[in-house]
This record gives sequence, C-alpha cells and structure tokens, in this order.
Amino acid sequence: MSIATQLPLDVATLRADFPILETTVHGQHPLVYLDNAASTQRPRQVIEALVDVYEHAYANVHRSAHYLAAMANDRYEDAREAARRFIHAKSAHEVIFTSGTTAGVNLVARTWGDANLRPGDEILLTIAEHHSNIVPWQQLAERTGAQVKFAPVSDDGHLLMDDFARLLNERTRLVAVATVSNVLGTIHPLGEIERLAHAAGALLFVDAAQSAPHMTTDVQAMNADFLAFSGHKVVGPSGIGVLYGKEALLDAMPPFLGGGSMINVVTTEGFTTARLPAKFEAGTPPIANAIGLAAALEYVEQVGLERIHAHELALTQYAHELVADLPGMRILGPAPEHKGGLISFNIEGLAAMDIAELVDQQGVAIRAGHHCTMPLHARYGIAGSARASFYLYNTREEVEVFAQALRSAIKMLRR
Amino acid sequence: MSKAAVDELLDTFDLFDDWEERYQYIIELGDELEHLPEEHKVEANRVQGCQSMVWLVADIEPTQPRPTICLAADSDSQIVRGLIAILMKVYSHRTPEQILAFDIEGLFTKIGLKNHLSRSRSNGFFSMVNRIRLIAEAAQ
Repeated sequence: MSIATQLPLDVATLRADFPILETTVHGQHPLVYLDNAASTQRPRQVIEALVDVYEHAYANVHRSAHYLAAMANDRYEDAREAARRFIHAKSAHEVIFTSGTTAGVNLVARTWGDANLRPGDEILLTIAEHHSNIVPWQQLAERTGAQVKFAPVSDDGHLLMDDFARLLNERTRLVAVATVSNVLGTIHPLGEIERLAHAAGALLFVDAAQSAPHMTTDVQAMNADFLAFSGHKVVGPSGIGVLYGKEALLDAMPPFLGGGSMINVVTTEGFTTARLPAKFEAGTPPIANAIGLAAALEYVEQVGLERIHAHELALTQYAHELVADLPGMRILGPAPEHKGGLISFNIEGLAAMDIAELVDQQGVAIRAGHHCTMPLHARYGIAGSARASFYLYNTREEVEVFAQALRSAIKMLRR
Repeated sequence: MSKAAVDELLDTFDLFDDWEERYQYIIELGDELEHLPEEHKVEANRVQGCQSMVWLVADIEPTQPRPTICLAADSDSQIVRGLIAILMKVYSHRTPEQILAFDIEGLFTKIGLKNHLSRSRSNGFFSMVNRIRLIAEAAQ
C-alpha cells in the first residue's frame, strides 16, 4: 500500500465536489445523507461528464459514421474500458452495459439459466440476498423446474459456512451471493464460497452492488463467473450498470433482448447474433449514462477504494459506539470490523418507519423498511429495520448528528 | 367532517411552532386511537405499502337518507396511527359523496404533512386514502 492510500480522506475537499450535499432539509437543517446503500450522490465531475456528452459529443453509437457518432462511439467504448479496468476483467468484451444490477441478474437467469437448467437442478443463494438476487432465480426455477436453496446466516449475521457447504451438491448449477449484505453489512467470505462452489461444479454469480462502491473488485482474483453492479451506488448515474461474464460463458449463452445492435445478419428467415459485447446490448444503450459511469469510476479510483473502505469502517465503528447503548437498541449483523459501511437496527417496541421519519425531520436521511430483503427479515422475526449507510463524503460530525437525532426520535416515541 | 371539526384541527396545528410539537401531537392522537382487534389484522385487510403495516376495515352503515361508511384502521407505526386518527375524523361515518368531495390533500398540506400523501409506493398512508376513496366510489 502506498503512502497516499494510507492517508485519511480529505472529506471536506471531497464534499465540495457534491453540490447536493449543500441541501437544506425542511427549510432549516443541513442535509445529513446516510442512505448511500440505496443510492449515492454524484460529484460535479460526473454531472459535468453527462452535460459534456450531451453538449458536445452525443449521437447514437455503433450505427452512423459521422463526426459526432465517432465521438460518441469512442467515449462509449472508453467507458467500457474504464469499467473493465475497475473490475479487473481480462477483456472489455466481458463488460456488458445494463441498466443496473437487477438487469444483470435477470440477463443471466434468462439466458444462461434458461439454456442450461433442467428439472432437479439447484441454485444456491443465501438467506441474506436482496430480492433482485432471489426473484429472478425463483422465476428461472418456475420456468425450468430447478430448485432455489438458501444458505442460512447466524444470529449475528455471518453466513453459516458448514450449512453452505452441506447445501452444495452435484445438482447445484449456480451459487449466487452478494459480496456484502445490504442489511447486515456482512462481508461474505467470497474466497471460500468460490472454492466450494467451483469444487461442486457450480458457477459463481457475484452480486457486487454493495461492494463495488466500497472495496476493490477483481473478477479474476475472485474467479467470478458472473458479476454485476450498479452505477448509481458508486457516484454514477442511475440507469446504468455493468454485468461481467467470463468470455467463454457469454459466448455460449443465447442472446437476451432482441433488437438492433445485437444481430449480425437478419433475413426474413431469421437472424444471427453479433459478437460480444453487442450481443447483449440490444437497442440504443444508455450512452450518456455509460460515459457518466466512467467518470464516476475514475472518481472513486482517484480517491482510492482502500481509503474509502477504511473511512467507512471508522464511521461505522463510531456509529456503533454512539448508538449501541441506546435503550432497546438491537443492531443487526456482525461487529463493524466484519462489515461494509452501514448500520441496520431496530429499537424495541418502535416502528423503524417512525424512527426514519423523525430523524428526517432533523435533516438526517436514513431508510426504513425491509430493504428488499424480506426473507432475511423473516429469519430475524422482524418486519423491517432502519438503516444508516455511509460513503466517502460522510463525516464523524454527521454520525454524531445522526446519533443525536436518533436519541430525540426515541424520546418522542417513548414518552 | 364538519367544517367546525376541520377548523378545530387546523387551529390546533396552527399553535405549533415546530416539527416536534406537530409530531408530538400526531403521536398523541395515535395513542388515543382504538386498536383494531387482532382478528382484523389479516392479509385481506392489509393496505399494501412498503414501509409500515396498515390494516383497514370498512363497513357500510344503512343510515337514512344515505348510507354512511364506518372505518377502522390500525398500524404498527405510531405516526401512521396518528394520521389514521385524523383520517377517521375526516372520513368515518360520512356518506360516500362526502368522502369523495373532501379535499384531503388540502388538509394535509395545511397541517404540514403533505409528504404523507406523496405518491411514493413506500407510503402505506397514501394507499390507505386511495383505498378509502375506492370503497366510497363502490358504495355510491
């Protein structure tokens, strides 16, 4: 690790890049934005990249050959290269632009899944998965007669690896797991999961939505067969995401959506498909959003993912310290050192939604609900939880404001 | 809801200087709301909304000259219970025509709770207002 990566973040300077952080909430409170696991905010560099492409370099891509088309094409393919670099893929052909993580999961379920799964085959998930990494597999199971299995988690939010290993067998065709749980925050032991999954002959799909923004993503080091993440959680535009797949797998898969770009030749009798990555990018892609995503990935790379992770860990530890002893507090998931930058919790007897609403009145944006993880909440016997999630622009002072707002909310609801 | 009752509610909210007093009052209204018996807290009565659990039961009362609608509702959220208490004052034991004619958005804007009627899918309260209006339409 170089000296630069060991230095703490200069958060004040970083914050100046994010215009929306200047927002005044309900007419009086400075915004404290702690809903980053749902979506992050964007720096000027990303907003300017979007404006610049629309003002100076916009045309459709992979169609026309005029001056603007060539510029748009170059920037769009440069964006693919930026995404390749970000996830350390071997080839840019392995990088498919999608609308987000959900679209990536659905693409693999619809193409690889429909082509390969047979009745009796199994897909192994964890109980902590986001609905977007559950429902497409359940739909696939309905179509093919395959079965979806769920590996359990412990009371403190760790994946139970013995059970995980037991659930793997020769019928398991795919293991699909998130690197980081969006509720528990748990960083799953991906190395061990990969080793066990591949030893059982299954493929590994990695949902990196909650890790790509916060820690280095290296698809080759993790030996992922597929990996997906979303732009909007990594200071990029909404409506853009990346699906990675090993080239041989993507090559063998049938196309997903039909339309322009994804074909080689179309006749009245039928069509032949284009080569990667066009094969999976039917229609006009989210051109500007892809270019904006490249600016976002460059931004977080420049800040440094190790530093971002260290910063978030410090904030999460501080949040635990400040709120753990509040009366009735139940924090979900493991200790901060095993987590990504978030804290999900319930206060005994109080509705998470009420907590979120009363802290919002004090300028603090957190989320309450089931966070698209109903099976996980059912596992813990709760309907929902409140979640504060941190990112590179959050400060210790903001964690203090959050803790104070939480104390006030509890006091009002408890009278 | 009679004009006097609406005015009284508006007068009360006018007294509040800040969000804390406003919400404290809503929470108090919720405390006073009768709980729905457990047997009514079933899926069929649940108003779909992402963030909180809300149950709503409606009966048509054969009052003369026009039938009226009797409502009861409950939630796991103290704040939503307070909002339900306001909603009951406005809607319960009214005719379908009165329910449909009442400007609920106007009232909630005036008392500083407009965000609860935002079209957010996560907002069970908005869905509850919609369901009551549908019940009123069907009873017309």
